Amino acid sequence: MKHSITLNVNGDTYNLAVDPWRTLNEVLREDLNLTGTKFGCGSGDCGACTVMLDGRAVSSCLTLAVEADGKEILTVEGLAPSGEKLHPIQEAFIEKGAIQCGFCTPGMEIAALDLLRRNPGPKEDQIREALAGNLCRCTGYAKIVEAVQDAADKMKSNQS
Amino acid sequence: MEKHAIIGKDIPRTDGRAKATGAAMYTDDFKLPGMLHGKLLRSPLPHARIVHIDVSKARALPGVKCVITGADTPKIKFGNWRLFPATQDEYPLAVDKVRFIGDEVAAVAAIDRDIAEEALELIEVEYEELPAVFDVDAAIAEGAPVIHEQSPGNISIDRKINYGDVDKALAEAYYVREDTFTVHAVSHAYLEPCSSLAQVDLDGRITIWTSTQTPYIVQCLLAATLGMRENDVRVIKPYVGGGFGGKMELRTWEFCAAFMAKKTGRPVKFTLTREEELAYGRRRHPMKIRSKVGFTKDGILVGKDLKILLDGGAYNSMGPTATFLCGNFGAMLYRYPSYRFLGEHVYTNKPPAGAMRGFGAPQSLFAAESQMNLAAEELGIDPIELRIKNAMVTGDRIPGVATISSCGFIESLKEVAKMSGWKSKRRRLKDGRGIGVGCYSFISGGVFNWFNTQYPFSAAEIRAYADGTVHLLTMASDIGQGSDTVLKQILAEELGLKMEDIRITSADTAMTPQADLGSWGSRVTLMAGNSILKAARKIKKQLAGAVSAKFNLNVIFDIKFADGRVFAAGKPDRGMSFGEAVAFVQKANRGEPLVARGSYTPRGKGLVTPAFSFGAQVAEVEVDKETGLVKVKKMWTAHDCGTVLNPMAVEGQLDGSIQMGLGYALSEQFVMDGGKTLNTTFLDYKMPHAPDMPPGESVCIETYEPEGPMGAKEAGEGLVSPTAPAIAEAVWHATGFRCKDLPITPEKILRGTGKL
Repeated sequence: MKHSITLNVNGDTYNLAVDPWRTLNEVLREDLNLTGTKFGCGSGDCGACTVMLDGRAVSSCLTLAVEADGKEILTVEGLAPSGEKLHPIQEAFIEKGAIQCGFCTPGMEIAALDLLRRNPGPKEDQIREALAGNLCRCTGYAKIVEAVQDAADKMKSNQS
Repeated sequence: MEKHAIIGKDIPRTDGRAKATGAAMYTDDFKLPGMLHGKLLRSPLPHARIVHIDVSKARALPGVKCVITGADTPKIKFGNWRLFPATQDEYPLAVDKVRFIGDEVAAVAAIDRDIAEEALELIEVEYEELPAVFDVDAAIAEGAPVIHEQSPGNISIDRKINYGDVDKALAEAYYVREDTFTVHAVSHAYLEPCSSLAQVDLDGRITIWTSTQTPYIVQCLLAATLGMRENDVRVIKPYVGGGFGGKMELRTWEFCAAFMAKKTGRPVKFTLTREEELAYGRRRHPMKIRSKVGFTKDGILVGKDLKILLDGGAYNSMGPTATFLCGNFGAMLYRYPSYRFLGEHVYTNKPPAGAMRGFGAPQSLFAAESQMNLAAEELGIDPIELRIKNAMVTGDRIPGVATISSCGFIESLKEVAKMSGWKSKRRRLKDGRGIGVGCYSFISGGVFNWFNTQYPFSAAEIRAYADGTVHLLTMASDIGQGSDTVLKQILAEELGLKMEDIRITSADTAMTPQADLGSWGSRVTLMAGNSILKAARKIKKQLAGAVSAKFNLNVIFDIKFADGRVFAAGKPDRGMSFGEAVAFVQKANRGEPLVARGSYTPRGKGLVTPAFSFGAQVAEVEVDKETGLVKVKKMWTAHDCGTVLNPMAVEGQLDGSIQMGLGYALSEQFVMDGGKTLNTTFLDYKMPHAPDMPPGESVCIETYEPEGPMGAKEAGEGLVSPTAPAIAEAVWHATGFRCKDLPITPEKILRGTGKL
């Protein structure tokens, strides 16, 4: 039997009927066409599917859609809501060369946001620890770590 | 040196915004009206005869639209080595026999994935199990089960190289040593699982969106296996989430998506699971490498006798190329006056090995570089000194194989020694610490035409418009390495335009000029770069003519292209904007659009590659003597990639190579039980994570490669090779234990140091 749920994704409200076994990842990608969130492994090991759920980074492949009922979800598409001005994390990822194939990027950016909200001035080892759940096969992480540092600086100067 | 406006600058990727915002679409992000979802049934046995398949229950399941087995297909074999049809040993779906656990037996297309999966369980396959072999020695033993009828001894292909008198050289050498090295299989582990979506067009032809490095190869082989003509298949490469060699063949799911789309009249999409990728996917060749080298008393190499058995798994895949190349890499880096190589590609009942970043080099160079380190110890010569004594230099020839047209190897060795503080660290480091060196040379694309293409190796079309923009069309494929950006840089530089003036269409086989062999073997920058330059120069010639005519310039004047203008070099005011110049040419040609094509095929460059890159790497490690755990403290790299077209992109390639090299050296491996892969998740397949990465320093040794576009050559693939031998040497330096068998696990270190 399908369950009626309400998802608040990037500020928009969606009323949906979903099978209880469907994951948040499937519903985001297939029902809502928010394909920016990727599916890399299905077992919570790669982090490509990371989204914010009520302000906390989670693997959307391990989260059932029904668990997200009534909750606030932020995906990569919601990082720059205006569509024109990018989020400082996105800007930093582009400028610092933190993106190669780009498949890990949406999840990395969300993981970085989660870190920077908790810790606006992280040290390098704290960034590496915070990204330990997100795999990248292209960059060796060096430029991703640089980008997160740069994003932290950008976000601080935006606030001041 | 010529001053560049765009080349040599840290230009951010031009697809960065699309990727950062999640707008970039990868194959699995596409869906089409009426689309069906495909799933594959795979063999649970490593070697078996298929006695009978009953799909009736699966076909009867509501929601299932199509079920196929090998019997339903045209039964046409495929393989990348079209030049030698006997090497094409694979059917899209098994016919009569399965040869590894995971061999594809049947496919289902249904209205959703759950139904497709349920249908797989309803397919009944009766197998007659056959004896199986899981390593090269068992496979070539007398009486071993035959995996492919056409290769009764299970050796599918061999390659020999022979020059100089090796036997005499080794017999007369002052110092000779022989070692056997074994290297293991690892996964490409690209983040994007393979995915393909096929649709039948209104005219009955196929359009397929697929995660591939080689749209042209997929186009040709898909058409062949479907029994269609080449141009009845249109391959579109969307954004690709990494490949590293693992996406450069026709794959079963591409065939099944297209074949079932034809049968059902509906689009069909297949997307693999991570478990399928790790359990059944292509991997790097395990090899057993026996190497014998000889030196003079002064440490000068006199010869090498190299024999390599490649564990190819159940099909040839790209194994013939790996066999070809590992022999070439064995002769690289140093001047071997005599050299003999025998490589044999052996079938086993395991998932096929294929191309993977380095393409034979990580294996061959682990052996070669480890052996140099071993020899240095016994000869009492510093390992870097020993290398400098024997290093190749610009102008060196490998008989019958190649000429080294640019080489910054000695400079790389000297630079890496300086950066790392090699001499003092080598003498004295605190207990448990060690330092080691490894080197590489790599190709800038292949010369040998195994695909037997009838087209140029690379081609580009350039359309210049009167609004000052230019459209570049090419089949060269960006799979994450950044080729779209670098190719735009080359074109913008040549035409004196800005990055934003260039639009690119890359890799839609119906729209881009025939052909380009794809992204592998580090061929794109050199080959596509050259074809773009040729096309750009044709455009420039016409524009220069227009400006010359308009300003009545003396015929000896040079015309320059810079800052969006075309003008007389000595009199910059006599010129016009690029767009105006295009408009003039177009007027002169009575409206004909300004379009030019260029192509590149390496000729007169030997058998292997038009250009070689070189580099050296030093690793410092700390080994916990109680647990055997290796922590890499720092990596130093100096490498010669010719002209650096985009420093940030080159650094990114290097950083990524170190991650892959580190995994290869220390942590990544497939745990096998016979033919079954046991570690099928990223939790169990141990790639380095962000906290595992050591800090690094690097320097580019700039040389000018005459064959490369603007002097550029390979960057970033070869760099995956030196890491493992450098770490192995550093572990020896720290512990006294030599590991000749990758990966270097704590268990091996403890056994080697007598702690276990």
